[in-house]
Amino acid sequence: MLQQKTSDKKFFLPFSIWWLVWIAVHYSVLLNFGLPTLQSITDSLVSNILLAAFCLLVGNNMRYYLPQREKYWYVLMISFAISTLWLILIRVLLWFIFKKDILYTHMLETSSTVRFSIAFLLVGCMAVMSMLWYSQKEQQEINERKTDTERLSREAELFKLRQQLQPHFLFNSLNSISALAGSHPEKARHMIQQLSDFLRGTLKKNEQHWNTLGEEMQYLQLYLDIEKVRFGHRLQTHIEHDEISIQMKIPSMLLQPVVENAIKFGLYDTVEEVCISITAKSENNYLKVTVQNPFDAETSQPFHGTGFGLASINRRLYLLFARNDLLQTKTVENNFITSISIPQIQ
Amino acid sequence: MKVIIIDDEPLARSMVKEYLQHYPQFELVQECNDGFEGVKAIQQHQPGLIFLDIQMPKINGFEMLELIDNPPAVIFTTAFEEYAIKAFETHAVDYLLKPFSKERFDKAIQKFLQQQKAPQPQTQAVLETAALSPVQAGRIVLKDGSKIKIIPVAHIQYLEAADDYVKIITAGGSFLKKKTMQYFEQTLPQEQFIRTHRSYIINVQLITRIDAYEKDSHLVLLNTGVKLPVSKQGYAKLKAVLGL
Repeated sequence: MLQQKTSDKKFFLPFSIWWLVWIAVHYSVLLNFGLPTLQSITDSLVSNILLAAFCLLVGNNMRYYLPQREKYWYVLMISFAISTLWLILIRVLLWFIFKKDILYTHMLETSSTVRFSIAFLLVGCMAVMSMLWYSQKEQQEINERKTDTERLSREAELFKLRQQLQPHFLFNSLNSISALAGSHPEKARHMIQQLSDFLRGTLKKNEQHWNTLGEEMQYLQLYLDIEKVRFGHRLQTHIEHDEISIQMKIPSMLLQPVVENAIKFGLYDTVEEVCISITAKSENNYLKVTVQNPFDAETSQPFHGTGFGLASINRRLYLLFARNDLLQTKTVENNFITSISIPQIQ
Repeated sequence: MKVIIIDDEPLARSMVKEYLQHYPQFELVQECNDGFEGVKAIQQHQPGLIFLDIQMPKINGFEMLELIDNPPAVIFTTAFEEYAIKAFETHAVDYLLKPFSKERFDKAIQKFLQQQKAPQPQTQAVLETAALSPVQAGRIVLKDGSKIKIIPVAHIQYLEAADDYVKIITAGGSFLKKKTMQYFEQTLPQEQFIRTHRSYIINVQLITRIDAYEKDSHLVLLNTGVKLPVSKQGYAKLKAVLGL
């Protein structure tokens, strides 16, 4: 708003000065042709004030409508139309004011071509100038929007990375390594290896990428192995897949949050020994992966609140396949079962 | 002095155990895998100091502390940085961020030994401030006789004032918790639980009818068949929440 005002002010001062000068020039030219002062001054004022108003109109018009294609034809046409309209108007007006002065009305009739040419040039100038001004402004806005979106997507990416790195998982794993370093240095070294491989995988993952189920499973195995070190014998895993499914394709990082969810409710929130099972099979050109974890129906509700992980998987599946029925969850006797079907695109 | 370690990760416990070996004056009497074991062990052994993890299955470290009448001195050990402020509000001796060094551990022990000489912090204050978490976690943890009961907030029908206690009524029975009505009024989800009366807080999702009663007062009928009085101010709050 404020910017609008200052730019208006910057515009109107030179604009007014220009027209005052132009009125003076017009007046002196008519005087030189031998017209009386009254006629000269009236002619100059009426013609130029009207022309200035038309110029403003053209400029203002550009603010709301910028031609994208055939800009120059547009400028020519609008200048022609406006100048013609202006010429007709001033001829009618001035003739009406001075209709008894034959010398003047004669001059009015013969000077039409000159008047039209000047008006055409001025209106054209105004149209081109405002077109350039507003295009530049539009470009500026587009650039600002672009940097804004870029900044937002960068921030989102960082956020996602932080999520993927799971600080609590990381620090607890480091704590386990620290504990092992004293008593079982060999095991500590092994776990550092596993954690490094896992982190490297996390950093390398690209959500646009498709991997074979085999590759994804390897990565999940790493994650589960680390959790096994942390929680000892309390965590058992059962992984099963048929021979075809292992070669089938799956969007990268799609299974990870499902398994994380299973760990969160199955392991972090239970006190007994737990078994988390992952089974994969091929079914009519679909890859079907099922993750099962025990949970305590009385104290935890995997459906709400913390279902963020599952909601985002559903969203991703929708974006990829435009379908909402690919992720399904159910509970069978204290077991929470998540199934994902992935269509195999050839 | 007796010491107990409560952590759901065996390696994390062994870490503390290893560091503790340098202090012969501390006797590690038990290691606990979760808060339930923790409560039992503390009652049985009455330790002078406990090492307590926060994120544990079912009931977290803060909730566990709430269940103990005279909590011992606590050193928190956790990977969660965000609980530090709350931990100190519970007058914890120290807050060790995993993984921590031997030096950092020694510092915590020194701090504990120094506090031993100074007067003890008030345990009642510990309980009041430590209590802010359970309702935020969507559940209330309390002791029902010798059993520990976890009540999801969504299962609460209404609360009734009962002297120093608040009676929590659910479909599975009613339970007492040593807290004030004001505490529950402030910490339960405001759009679901309304204090409709000096002595009652009601789960508005269960309301089936509101009737005019005497001058300036009303009665609500819950879908369980219970009728409860509503004061003039309570009625205004109800109207605002229900959009009447």
